[in-house]
Amino acid sequence: MTIADVRDILNAFVITGQELLDKEVHNACGSDMMSDVLAFVKDQSVLLTGLVNAQVVRTAEMMDMVCIVFVRGKEPGEDIKKLAQERGIVLMKTPLRMFPACGLLYNAGLRG
Amino acid sequence: MKLHFEVPGDDFTRAGEASGELKRKLKRLGFDPDVVRRAAIAMYEGEINMVIHAGGGVVDVEILPDKITIILTDYGPGIEDVDKAMQEGFSTAPDNIRMLGFGAGMGLPNIKKYTDTLNIKTEVGKGTVLTMTVLTNKQA
Repeated sequence: MTIADVRDILNAFVITGQELLDKEVHNACGSDMMSDVLAFVKDQSVLLTGLVNAQVVRTAEMMDMVCIVFVRGKEPGEDIKKLAQERGIVLMKTPLRMFPACGLLYNAGLRG
Repeated sequence: MKLHFEVPGDDFTRAGEASGELKRKLKRLGFDPDVVRRAAIAMYEGEINMVIHAGGGVVDVEILPDKITIILTDYGPGIEDVDKAMQEGFSTAPDNIRMLGFGAGMGLPNIKKYTDTLNIKTEVGKGTVLTMTVLTNKQA
């Protein structure tokens, strides 16, 4: 699926990276612990998290992830948006909580 | 090629800047994406550790065609029990660090996992030097 599909499935709002929505994604990871995200490299492309700070973007950068979804409607600050823009990472927010957000994406074919 | 980075100890939001820079540099040099990622993640975890535990430090990187060596030096409190620190899930990080997404006791284990060699020289009260290498699988 594409990042645009992720947005539609999660009823999400794209915060930065509108121009990157046609990128393909195959895997996702849901976690608030960045070290756990860093522990398993599997070409995960989407990171779902309830954590909102600059290290989320840095973690995604290290892992070559292309899209971060903030769950529970969390809104990142300007510094985070700027960093994501510089690194070519899409930021979006969904009103959904972590569990249903992951479940919907899994049902639609994304894997862990 | 040799690179030197200062890691400021007072600003958690900037932790990872140096690793990001290394990552972009290695990418530009044309290293395999897996090699780039392993080196960047290992250094990133090291940087985070420096900021959490040691008030910052310095990183020296040597890039050779066959091997990337990353040396992280800090003058923090040192590691009391290295064997314990190497166990997944063991952490001495304070709760406020866990609120930031780290302190799960995965830092050193992750570094070990992604590097080909890891040497830890530490002295309580004096500081810690991590020396790690990532082999690039390229002909020298």
